[in-house]
Amino acid sequence: MSVLDELYREIILKHYQNPKNFGVLPQATKTAGGMNPSCGDQVEVMVRLEGDTIADIRFQGQGCAISTASASLMTELVKGKKVAEALELSRKFQAMVVEGAPPDPALGDLLALQGVAKLPARVKCATLAWHALEEALK
Amino acid sequence: MDLSRIREDFPLIAGHPELVYLDSAATSQKPKRVLEALDRYYRELNANVHRGAYRLSVAATEAYEEARRRMARFLGAEEREIVFVRNTTEALNLVAYAWGLRNLKEGDEILVTEMEHHAGLVPWHLVAGLKGARIKAIPLTEEGRLDLSALDTLLTERVKVVSVVHMSNVLGTINPVAEIARRAKEAGALVVVDGAQSAPHLPVDVKALGADFFALSGHKMLGPTGAGVLFGRYEVLEGMMPFLGGGEMIREVHVDRSTYAPPPQRFEAGTPPIAEAIALGEAASYLMEIGMERVYAHDRALLEYALKRLAEVPDLRVYGPRGEDRGGVIPFTLGRLHPHDLATFLDQEGIAVRAGHHCAQPLHRKLGLAATARASFYLYNTLEEVDRFVEALLRIHTRYRAWL
Repeated sequence: MSVLDELYREIILKHYQNPKNFGVLPQATKTAGGMNPSCGDQVEVMVRLEGDTIADIRFQGQGCAISTASASLMTELVKGKKVAEALELSRKFQAMVVEGAPPDPALGDLLALQGVAKLPARVKCATLAWHALEEALK
Repeated sequence: MDLSRIREDFPLIAGHPELVYLDSAATSQKPKRVLEALDRYYRELNANVHRGAYRLSVAATEAYEEARRRMARFLGAEEREIVFVRNTTEALNLVAYAWGLRNLKEGDEILVTEMEHHAGLVPWHLVAGLKGARIKAIPLTEEGRLDLSALDTLLTERVKVVSVVHMSNVLGTINPVAEIARRAKEAGALVVVDGAQSAPHLPVDVKALGADFFALSGHKMLGPTGAGVLFGRYEVLEGMMPFLGGGEMIREVHVDRSTYAPPPQRFEAGTPPIAEAIALGEAASYLMEIGMERVYAHDRALLEYALKRLAEVPDLRVYGPRGEDRGGVIPFTLGRLHPHDLATFLDQEGIAVRAGHHCAQPLHRKLGLAATARASFYLYNTLEEVDRFVEALLRIHTRYRAWL
């Protein structure tokens, strides 16, 4: 399979066209934005913490397939997780797409974005929402 | 214009037949002559300019000043009106700071356009913020031209600067700068022209344009990065204080005060990019030998052919005006596909295009788009490359139909 066939799969398409947890989170306790000034992509991540658990999370913004799908999959994965667990998943995801580290099964459907590591020009798209999440959880 | 010979002049083009390079609006490829000029300077002429008593420094100075003469010829200017800077951005900052900061007052207005590159906006934002000046813009028409009918109301006596892009880096629109400059002069305003896209692609005569300032980047016109030019009308330059202070730009220095050299040295503080300026002069000679009319005609032929062929691609939208006042730049979108994804798909087909807002966020806001993909042509591109570009788009359309 080519790099593109590996990356631009059904699951990415699904989350790009119908992103999960998309929109405003009215009871958000923390919010952080991310922007890629070189392309104009932007994302806002809103979380509602109950103690140290991410009780709810949503995002909004505009971006390419990779940044939108990454944000959508991220919200599905970290919802209900402890803050420390979410940050650990963020580290694992970034290790996979930035450094090309071996994929960790804990990343679930996000493994579909593994191919981004082979497209250096697109790494920032994949990590945009994750940086915003980390900022929100600070 | 012998296209196969021209392509042979460009090592990166000749050495990579699999690559279709359609991003010359961002930076151009370089001909061997330019690379050799860089190399020759360091191997045979390397010495600082304007200050050595020895023959090597005199030779380096002579080569540097020859580059200035060539740039003057290239722009229809006088030698003393050519200031070497790093790039268009630095040139426009020089004007904003060295002229704007000292001449603008609270309530003054700076007239720009809605199609400016950020380099034509942000320096004015910085200076206007300090001086309490206001910034207004000439609006765009539906076709992507400037709406000059708005000039009557926009050009008030408060307007002190009219700063316009000669050719849009997004839409390819070639603006009627001579007419705008004439109107601006009547209103008593200074005329600043961003020539980053026009200088590489059109015949430019700064005097015929009526520009007080004209800025260009060497790396977009076959030169190396790190050297650009600010043309300034001598009478204007002469009345200005320096931008940067340091060596080379002085007449006399005391510990507490200094006087300054005449232009252009007044604006070239510190050791200039000597090798890069010399290589830029070589690039200008290369372009002048071919003839800028021919370069423009070649871009136009590629543009017309591409616009015709792109109409074959379903769901493809192209932006920008149709007509002679349009250079070889095509912004486009394909269905609902995000331009970044589209650029990645094209990259896998060997086609290099850019995606994003191309440093023109106000223009994209006006178009109602977050981003576009952009193909841009230059003298080394061929009709066959346009075919490869269009065929790649057709394949992408079929293959990623679900994504559109």
